[in-house]
Amino acid sequence: MIYFDNSATTKAAPEVVDTYAKVSANYWGNPSSLHNFGEQAFNLLEQSRQQIADLIGAKLSEILFTSGGTEGDNWAIKGTAMAKREFGNHLITTAVEHPAVHNSMEQLKQLGFEVTYLPVDANGRVSADDLRAAIRPTTILVSTMAVNNEIGAVQPLAEIATVMRDFPKIHWHIDAVQGIGKGLADLIFNDRVDFVTFSGHKFHAPRGIGFMYKRQGRKIAPLMAGGGQERNLRSGTENLPAIAAMAKALRMLLTDEAAKVQRQREIRLAILHHIETFAHVTIFSKDLPVFAPHILCFAIEGVRGETIVHAFEEHNIYISTTSACSSKKHVESSTLQAMAIDEGIATSAVRISLDEHNTMAEAEEFNRVFDQLYQQFAKLR
Amino acid sequence: MEYSEIMVRYGELSTKGKNKKDFIKQLGHNVRKALSSFEGLEVRAQHDRLHVTLNGADSAAVMDRLKGVFGIENFSPAVKVEKDLDTIKATAIAMAKEDFHPGMTFKINTRRQDKEFAYDTYQLNDMLGGAVLDNVPGIQVQMKHPDLELRVEIRMNGAFISGQPIQGAGGLPVGTGGKAVMMLSGGIDSPVASYYGMRRGVKLDMVHFFSPPYTSEQALAKAKELTAKLAKYSGGIQFIQVPFTKIQETIKEAVPEGYLMTIQRRMMLRLAVAVAEMRHAKGIFNGESLGQVASQTLESMAAINDVTSMPILRPLLSMDKTEIIKVAKDIDTYELSILPYEDCCTIFTPPAPKTRPDLEKSRKFEKNIDVEGLMKEALDGITITEIRPGDNFLNQNEDVFAELL
Repeated sequence: MIYFDNSATTKAAPEVVDTYAKVSANYWGNPSSLHNFGEQAFNLLEQSRQQIADLIGAKLSEILFTSGGTEGDNWAIKGTAMAKREFGNHLITTAVEHPAVHNSMEQLKQLGFEVTYLPVDANGRVSADDLRAAIRPTTILVSTMAVNNEIGAVQPLAEIATVMRDFPKIHWHIDAVQGIGKGLADLIFNDRVDFVTFSGHKFHAPRGIGFMYKRQGRKIAPLMAGGGQERNLRSGTENLPAIAAMAKALRMLLTDEAAKVQRQREIRLAILHHIETFAHVTIFSKDLPVFAPHILCFAIEGVRGETIVHAFEEHNIYISTTSACSSKKHVESSTLQAMAIDEGIATSAVRISLDEHNTMAEAEEFNRVFDQLYQQFAKLR
Repeated sequence: MEYSEIMVRYGELSTKGKNKKDFIKQLGHNVRKALSSFEGLEVRAQHDRLHVTLNGADSAAVMDRLKGVFGIENFSPAVKVEKDLDTIKATAIAMAKEDFHPGMTFKINTRRQDKEFAYDTYQLNDMLGGAVLDNVPGIQVQMKHPDLELRVEIRMNGAFISGQPIQGAGGLPVGTGGKAVMMLSGGIDSPVASYYGMRRGVKLDMVHFFSPPYTSEQALAKAKELTAKLAKYSGGIQFIQVPFTKIQETIKEAVPEGYLMTIQRRMMLRLAVAVAEMRHAKGIFNGESLGQVASQTLESMAAINDVTSMPILRPLLSMDKTEIIKVAKDIDTYELSILPYEDCCTIFTPPAPKTRPDLEKSRKFEKNIDVEGLMKEALDGITITEIRPGDNFLNQNEDVFAELL
């Protein structure tokens, strides 16, 4: 089996599952309990937090655990809206965000907040000038993704940081769910960003766990009220087995990151260079470094995306339409729509997404199957 | 830049007259102890400076250790080169380039021990200054308060060039101020008071009261861990744990509620004094700050202090809590101190302790308990641990966790 759908989810690593099982079996005390058993769980929790902080160059107190990317995005956005609403009611984001961001914004709109969606260019990227022009005295939050989940576009975070430095009071949130372990750390953990959200299952940790970087001193309202865990910011008994497993997965992900990224780049290029030679192929995510090293989005004109997905599946190759979250809802890709791609071609879009374990042999196999399917698809046109 | 030695300048020692020799000897001893884990270092404590010859050791790591040693005003890493004008010039230029930032000013400060050297200090200042000006674009000369003062010393055995001095910990070498006992609770204040005590050269033994099962093993481990943090200022600290359970229980039964706290404190102080006498220490330090809690009013202090004539030193007496917290953060004890374990001061705390206890009443109520017998029993149960910098007591599972993570 060739699994090229890593942006949807990744397979939990065996070592990570092992940690999950051992922690579940041996450290099941509640970290909030006063007795020694709880104390051990607390120590493991804090050591996991410290490891994650060290890996991304943050302070211990800047790492907060969540249930995943969706919660992180909701929290950064709604938590800011609640904490800063006396300073303004205007939020800025982009037209190509994940539904976790987009729909959070839409909910806030119904509560009276105003939202500006920045347009994107043909590569799916916003412009820093547009951002600057959109900022108002009442702006309290700017939320931008690091890497687009559908086409892999990397937002111009360095330019955005330059703009944001002129507005030090506005919260800046980056959704980095697709961006971790892809050689983009310098862009994401810049000196200006305030909140960054991550999801464990995108890097071989279990589902239902994630973390948020919160810059020291930045205020955010809790969404989960209760027992006061996570420094009173996110109540709920800590999911320690998943947290420890995530700390391990992150360490494994970021070990030899540069070499792993280079390999993904080469595999992606091998596929890209092969399929771009076909007349009826349109590639939406072409040039590095505008696009991330692990996502390739393309269309075979005249063939619906889901048809392509199922055809590859017959050959035991797993790819997806542009996003797993919308693939069953029969809606057109919002990113391609925002890029003003013709609807006829957008319905033909599919996405390949790699991880650090994919091989060049898999790319070659993919290319071989592609040739075969392309011939078959010719009959459909 | 690969440094060959670190030149350490003494702090207040220069004012110490006849005792100066002892201070320097003690500082030399403390520096050697602090640097004992490095191989091949040479430490020479001379009358005006202390020199650490690196012999290839990691200069950054050595300097990091030196920063914690009291009695050091500042230090400069230096490079030893041949007494050859071109080599000296090249080194000065390289050093200025390393520190350079736009708009930077500098001056050269030459001293010549080797009077046979071909150039005098004025010529050297002039030539080296010119070489730096010509080779580091944008740098400017300034005689008063330059950003960078390049010190060049022409000694008999070579030329030594050093850049910006790095601030030391100040204070006096630990050990030169005699020995005292510190009452260490595990809260925020007492570690900070310990720090200030050691900074004045006092060698401290920690006395910690613990009351199992009312206080936990973790509370004890936390006090030890705090001691390990403080040990870096002195090389090692003796940790003396005194069992206090029975005394607390007895007082609770025999003394009116309003005086529980006062009598407890009187007993603690008596025990600290007894430990100090056993160990030939000459004073008691504690973390009291005037007006902070009920036991820290003047009236309370009078009622508690009544049990001894040994000096009680309170380095934090007039500090605000916010200032104390700031220092605790600086010396990296704060995060440990706020861990939520009950300590011996917080259990058995009456809801309304007397903020102005009466001395006579304190003495009277204390007659309800067998002071001598309780003291003997507690002192017989003392445990002493030698704690070194970096020792770990709280999270013994770290290695096991490291495997999991």
